[in-house]
Amino acid sequence: MSPAVNISKINKKYGNLHALRDINFSIEKNSYFGLLGPNGAGKSTLINIMAGLVIPTSGAIEIMGYNVSSMWRKARMSVGIVPQELVYDSFFTVREMLRLQSGYFGYGSENYPWIDQLIESLRLTEKSGENLQRLSGGMKRRVLIAQALVHKPRVIVLDEPTAGVDVELRQVLWDLTRELHGEGHTILLTTHYIEEAEALCQKIAILNKGRLVAMDTTKDLLKRYPYRFFTIKFSEDVSTRIEALPESVKKLVVSCKEKQLTLKLHRERDRIGGVLEALISAGTYIVDMQTDEPGLEEVFRTLTGEHSNE
Amino acid sequence: MNNRGFFTLFAKEVWRFLKVWVQTILAPVVTVFLYLLVFASVLSDNIEVYKGVGYSEFLIPGLIMMAVLQNAFANSSSSLFQAKQNGSIIFILLSPVSSMEFYLAYVLASIVRGICVGIGVWIVTWIFTILSVYNLMMITGFAVLGSGILGSLGLIASIWADKWDHISAFQNFVILPLSFLSGVFFSIESLPPFWSKVSYFNPFFYLIDGFRFGFLGTSEISPYFSLMIGSIFFLFVSALCIGMLKSGYKLRD
Repeated sequence: MSPAVNISKINKKYGNLHALRDINFSIEKNSYFGLLGPNGAGKSTLINIMAGLVIPTSGAIEIMGYNVSSMWRKARMSVGIVPQELVYDSFFTVREMLRLQSGYFGYGSENYPWIDQLIESLRLTEKSGENLQRLSGGMKRRVLIAQALVHKPRVIVLDEPTAGVDVELRQVLWDLTRELHGEGHTILLTTHYIEEAEALCQKIAILNKGRLVAMDTTKDLLKRYPYRFFTIKFSEDVSTRIEALPESVKKLVVSCKEKQLTLKLHRERDRIGGVLEALISAGTYIVDMQTDEPGLEEVFRTLTGEHSNE
Repeated sequence: MNNRGFFTLFAKEVWRFLKVWVQTILAPVVTVFLYLLVFASVLSDNIEVYKGVGYSEFLIPGLIMMAVLQNAFANSSSSLFQAKQNGSIIFILLSPVSSMEFYLAYVLASIVRGICVGIGVWIVTWIFTILSVYNLMMITGFAVLGSGILGSLGLIASIWADKWDHISAFQNFVILPLSFLSGVFFSIESLPPFWSKVSYFNPFFYLIDGFRFGFLGTSEISPYFSLMIGSIFFLFVSALCIGMLKSGYKLRD
């Protein structure tokens, strides 16, 4: 089975800036895929190449088996892109704009029921006759999403769709993308909210400085981070006695707040039993403890070099 | 061919200028009315450009064509540049509309705007003189050709421009001088010899001269020669514009 998106050897240079370097990966059909990376990592450039808005220096991208350069009509019919910026045409109302967008893709009045359905799903019904200029930022974002879905694309690309939106819209958006995913669509999501990617995406690729630094299932990616956090509560304030703790414990401390101490333990090197023994021998009295598994945030930071102590 | 995509884009462009018809149709008609009020009233008794043809009769076809040309340019240039500036151009760039369909939709909409303004101006001129029509085919042909050329130039200018200043410069330093020095207000034969010769290199001169022939049945040069020059220029600007669109120049990085 051919992938929904196949990216092979993509390079993009802007003068001396190498924005993307040999990017190679594919996204399986009907997957919910996350593309993460810090600002300037090349996420939007890669998406814009998929959309045909940016021409790569070398390499090729296929969407549903159609090359975005040589079979651009079919490739564009197969993908719906929600851009990052809040762009709109100030001459038209929501419904007019959606009908126009549908027309660009070759659809006529037979597509109007789907447009009505989109308006309803995105809770735009009350605003459908409103000029786009008069809508709030959140409403404009909903219209952009509707515009991307108007031609029922098999692949949906959301470039930071939840940036700056309220909780309600975020929930609407999550529900809608889950529903579309459930119906067999392939979703590609870029986001700054790592917990969002962790909650939604089955597979994640991480870009950094134009390079692909990791790609794995979310579960396996989480396993790449070899640390876990161990929080211990004491009967008395330990923040003043931290220097008196054994050296083997002191080097693991990441935070200390009055009676609570948090340690970062390497899964293989640091044994919880050894830590507890050392603390008890130091005369502390433990009242409670818990371990926390790392999130994607830690993995992301490690892979993009944002962590100082790895 | 994405016929529906092309037609939707064309319809959207026409719809866009009709939504603001006071600015896009009425305002240019009023401007030309004021030109006529000043020039025709003051000069009609003193100037006879062609034998037996009054100045108003000479001036009116030129003014109609000037309005057609300037508004065809304004339509495509302002629409595309605005879309480029506010980013809404991506809705078209993301869709399966080809460079040729894109070009045809914008240029045809410019032709429609040019002709709407031209008809409006023509109606207003009835206050001064009701011109007889000598050859309607020539009038229509030159109006379509002229607005097609200016619609294409509007696209070229808006693709090239990075700010409104650039569009304004193109309009003020290219379109306006070419339309004023094309024999709208006078016969180019009445210019000093050097400027008279220079005017023959101005494609707008052929468009206005040929258009005027459609009303008066007389012109400075053969209308068929003007039609040929106009067509060659139209092919040239169309090829340049389609080439820019196909290469993605300043539209796709």
